[in-house]
Amino acid sequence: MQHDPSRTSYYVGDEFYQSLVDSYADWQTDDSEITDPALRDTCRMLLDKEARLLDQNRLDDWLTLYVPECLYWVPATPHGGDPRTEIAVCFDDRRRIEDRIYRLQNEYAWSQRPLSRTARLITNVSAFSTKDPDTLMVRSTFLTNEFQAGDKRSYTGWYGHKLGFQNGGWKILVKQVNLIDCDQNLRNLSIIL
Amino acid sequence: MTPDDSFTSGITRPTGAQFDFNELIFEDRVHQSIYTEEAIFREEMRKVFGGVWVYLAHESQIPENDNFVASQLGLRPIIVVRDSTGRIRALYNRCTHRGSTVCRQQQGSAKSFVCPYHGWSYFNSGKISGVPWPDGYADDFSDPKYNLAQVPRVQSYRGFIFGTLNPDMPSLEDYLGGVKKPLDDWLDRHPGGKLSFCDANRLKFNGNWKLLYDNSADGYHVIFSHRSLLAMENRLNEADDEDKGMSYYKSSPDNAPFYVKVFENGHHYKDKRPAVDTSPGGLWAIEGPHPGMEHYEAIIRDKLGDKAGSVLDLASSEPVNINIFPNLHILGNHVQVSQPVSLTETDTTWWGTAVIDDKDELHGCVDAVNALRMRTQESFPNFGELDDLMNFEQIQAGLAGVEDEWVYMHRGLGIPDRIKRDTDGYLIGPPTDEVFLRETMQVYKRLMMNEPNLVIGREIEAAPD
Ligand code: FES
Ligand SMILES: [Fe+2]
Repeated sequence: MQHDPSRTSYYVGDEFYQSLVDSYADWQTDDSEITDPALRDTCRMLLDKEARLLDQNRLDDWLTLYVPECLYWVPATPHGGDPRTEIAVCFDDRRRIEDRIYRLQNEYAWSQRPLSRTARLITNVSAFSTKDPDTLMVRSTFLTNEFQAGDKRSYTGWYGHKLGFQNGGWKILVKQVNLIDCDQNLRNLSIIL
Repeated sequence: MTPDDSFTSGITRPTGAQFDFNELIFEDRVHQSIYTEEAIFREEMRKVFGGVWVYLAHESQIPENDNFVASQLGLRPIIVVRDSTGRIRALYNRCTHRGSTVCRQQQGSAKSFVCPYHGWSYFNSGKISGVPWPDGYADDFSDPKYNLAQVPRVQSYRGFIFGTLNPDMPSLEDYLGGVKKPLDDWLDRHPGGKLSFCDANRLKFNGNWKLLYDNSADGYHVIFSHRSLLAMENRLNEADDEDKGMSYYKSSPDNAPFYVKVFENGHHYKDKRPAVDTSPGGLWAIEGPHPGMEHYEAIIRDKLGDKAGSVLDLASSEPVNINIFPNLHILGNHVQVSQPVSLTETDTTWWGTAVIDDKDELHGCVDAVNALRMRTQESFPNFGELDDLMNFEQIQAGLAGVEDEWVYMHRGLGIPDRIKRDTDGYLIGPPTDEVFLRETMQVYKRLMMNEPNLVIGREIEAAPD
């Protein structure tokens, strides 16, 4: 039976969690680092595009970079944790990302009224191969500056993107956002990182 | 030009360090200075945070002997430790030599704490164990004054650890009073009547700590402050029914079957269960969408058939708010702790809770229930609380207009037969009334008008209660 992941959440189950935990364990090894500049550049372009669309608040366009059964994950523990037994800052499947976007576009989402302006820097991009040739892991370092209602703040850390090659291009399967202060009390984290 | 008299009022804003709380707190209103005056905040850190029982930590954070977790009692840095003999203590994280913190980890296990500055060391009971090159002292350190200070009274109620510096406080159980009942009910819906903590959504806002407490049983704000959340949770509904989440607030909540109840000592309780179907599966039916919901629901229904409803309810939010003055809130499945950082800055940590099922009362479904619970619990801090916190920040900003002195909390006041008493004598009102806030402010006023006799412990052998 086919399910629309925008409406129902059948894919977030034991198997999904296990493969998530597995794919985020020990992936940044020296011998799996991709040295082909063209492939790395492809990854970098995808990350740059993602940052641009988020800075431009084009959230619906941003989501087209993701596969239907995707995940946006901001762990609350520095080691990433096991999301089956630990609360995360954000753990959004497709439907919940769409919820998040819906809310951000709702004029009564007070935490985002006025809307934040953001400027994201992404650097130190390294790509890593996996056992599956159609799956890559990408590590990058980010600094997201946010301005809202007279106040400037920033978030920093590193991203772990899991990419899949689908229909002739690379799409985002999972975005893991590792804030350096993910286990601290954070003020109005209502933007998408 | 003379101002129109009808638009003027006597400015009673106090100056200097002396505040007369009779002039600041009235039945229907409070003065803005209780949120904006540094001197009042400093007094609160003694008279409230120290003067009453303050929540410090949960026993599931220190399950074994020698486990510790960092906490605070007001602004005092505290180490809550289960010492080597199993006794729970709240040590001041302050070296008796020259004041450095002796523990800089959030959580861990330690038989002793060694000060990084000059190496004085302490057993996890707080007793001093040694100093480097003791020959350099004429003293032999047998005087208990060198032991770490500790909160002299530390007591637990069903896993929740509290401390007070005030020897005149009644026992913790007496302090909790009527609020024990909803707390018991909340715990008892889980197998074994217990829960464990499993990390947290950690938030903060630039506003006074009382703004959060003032909101804790407020059913008046829900439709307005959480408008985007309610819209979001119901966006995928079939047809026109809007029944997800807190939708029961939508039609005339003043006359709704649910209520707010006010206990002694500033504690209160909003019981929303009468507004929802609480037969098995009823809570699950009104949960908004969460990751993994349909997947695990199908598995649990498959496995348990008729019995699935009550198991799924354990993954759902319990529709209650249990507020324990001054810093502990139980809501949904969360244990929310608030922590003043400064006059205008407050941390609020939403601890997630997981079900423990030692006796397999959930028929092998406990992992599925917990996987669901993690996701249901992430929803409100992400999509609801942030809007409240923005509103608290904007109250703090608005209060900078200091000549406009009053903050009103008179909803429901003076309307005959609106507020009733239950058979135990506790006030009960509509969920949208500010009766809980008025009553809490009277408790706060009494506390602020009395200087408590605060003491610390050193004599670690003497058994505190
Ligand atoms: S301050 Fe701790 S040993 Fe000196
Ligand atoms: Fe709220």
